[in-house]
Amino acid sequence: MAIIKVRNLKKRFGKLEVLRGINLDVAEGEQLVVIGPSGSGKSTLLRCLNMLEEPSEGTIEFEGIDLTAKNTDLPKVRESIGMVFQSFNLFPHKNVTENITLALLKVKGMKQEEAKNVAYNLLEKVGLSDKVNAYPSQLSGGQQQRVAIARALAMQPKVMLFDEPTSALDPEMVGEVLSVMRDLAREGMTMVIVTHEMKFAQEVGDRVIFMDEGLIVEEGTPEQIFKEPRNPRTRSFLTRVMQ
Amino acid sequence: MEAIIRTLPFFINGALETLKITVIAVGIGSFLGLIAGLGRLSRNRLIRALATCYVDFVRGTPLLVQIFIVYFGFPQVIQEGKTFLQTQFGLGPFSETSHIPAFIAAIIACSVNSGAYVAEIFRAGIQSIEKGQREAALSLGMTPRQTTLYVILPQAFRRIVPPLGNEFIAMLKDTSLLFSIGFVELTRQGQLLNAAIFQPFPIYLTVALFYLIMTLSISRLVDFTERRLGVRGHHQS
Repeated sequence: MAIIKVRNLKKRFGKLEVLRGINLDVAEGEQLVVIGPSGSGKSTLLRCLNMLEEPSEGTIEFEGIDLTAKNTDLPKVRESIGMVFQSFNLFPHKNVTENITLALLKVKGMKQEEAKNVAYNLLEKVGLSDKVNAYPSQLSGGQQQRVAIARALAMQPKVMLFDEPTSALDPEMVGEVLSVMRDLAREGMTMVIVTHEMKFAQEVGDRVIFMDEGLIVEEGTPEQIFKEPRNPRTRSFLTRVMQ
Repeated sequence: MEAIIRTLPFFINGALETLKITVIAVGIGSFLGLIAGLGRLSRNRLIRALATCYVDFVRGTPLLVQIFIVYFGFPQVIQEGKTFLQTQFGLGPFSETSHIPAFIAAIIACSVNSGAYVAEIFRAGIQSIEKGQREAALSLGMTPRQTTLYVILPQAFRRIVPPLGNEFIAMLKDTSLLFSIGFVELTRQGQLLNAAIFQPFPIYLTVALFYLIMTLSISRLVDFTERRLGVRGHHQS
C-alpha cells in the first residue's frame, strides 16, 4: 500500500524548473533513498512531500489526502510526516527537552509531565539522556541532529523525511546519526532519505532512486543501482562519488 | 550656579514628565509596532498595504508636524464632526469644547510615531530569524500562528532589545518637541525658568545634562538586559 503518491509533480522557481514531472509511490514501511548530483531537485522533492515547498503542478497524496488541495489541513497532515533538516533547525531559545515537548504541548495538547516523559524516552533512545537540560548551542552537530530526530519522532509520525541529515556534520559525527537512522529503519519506519552517504544508502535502502535535472532517471534496488546501473548518467554520477 | 541649585526641583520635575511621556509612548508604540510589524509581513495584501502606509507616513513626516496635526488639527475635525451630527441627525448637544489636552495629544502623537519605528524594528527582528526555524516548527504540525508565537517571536524579541533601547532614547530626546504645544516636559520647563530668571546658558546646559543622564542610564540598562537575555549566545544560563 502506497502511503505517499506523487503524480506529475513540477516545481518552478521563477523560470527555473527544478522538478519536471515526478511520479513516485512510497510504500508503507519502505526505506526509500534519493540520490543524485546537487541541483538535481532531490531536496525540493522531499520538501514538497510535506508542502514546505508548494508544487507548481501535479498532486501529492498522503494516505489518500491530496496535499495540494486548497482546503487540506496541512498542519494536521504534517503531524504525521516528520522531517529532519540538514542544518538541524533546533529552537535555540529552548533546551533539549523543551525542543521536543513544544509541539507535543501546543499541537497535541499533551500535559507537561506526559510530554516530558515522551522526551526523556526518546532522548534515551538516541543516546542523549545526559543532555536533557542542555541548550542546542552547547551540543555538537551530531548531538543536535539526534535531538532533531527525537523531536520529529515525538509526534509519532508515519513517515520520516531526511534532508541530507549528515551533510553539515564533521566526519566523526556522521556515524552516530546514521546509527540512529539505522535503528529506525530496523523498526520498520517509513523513511524517505536524501543523502550523499552511498554506503548507508546501499545498506539501509529498500529502494534507491537516482535523480538528475528534475527527473527520476533510474530506480531500483540498491544492488541493481549501485552494482549494475543501467543509465549512463547514473553510472557517471556513481563513479564520481564512489571513488 | 546658585540659581540652578535653587531651581533644581523644577528640572527634576520636567525630567520626570519627559520620562513619563516617553515610557507611555514607547509602551503603546511597542504594541502598535508589533501589530504593524506583523502586518508588514502578513500574507494578506490589504493588511500589508495598510501597515506600509502607516509606517511610511509616520517615518516620512516630521514628528513636530504630527504633533501639530493631533493637537491643532484633530480638534477641528472633532468640532466639524459634532456640527455634522447635530445638523444632519439632530444628535447632541455635545460639550462646547473640542480641545484636546496637551498631555493627551502628546501621548497620541508620540505613541503613533514610536509605533511606526518599532514596527520596522519588529519586522527586521522577525526577518532575521533563519528560515529553517519556521520550517522546523511547521514540519512538526504547528500552525503558522503557533510558529510565529512560540518559535519566531521569542527569538526575535531577544534581537529586538538593543534597537528598541535606541528607539526609547530617540523618543526621549524627541519629546522635547512637545514644548511647542505647551506641554511642560524638561525643555519647556527650562524655557519657563529662563523666562523667569533669564540665565539661558546655565539653564539649557542643565537641561542638556538631564537628558544626558537619562539617555546614558537607559543605554546601560539596555546593555544589562541584553546580557541577561543572552542575545548573543542563545541559552540563558
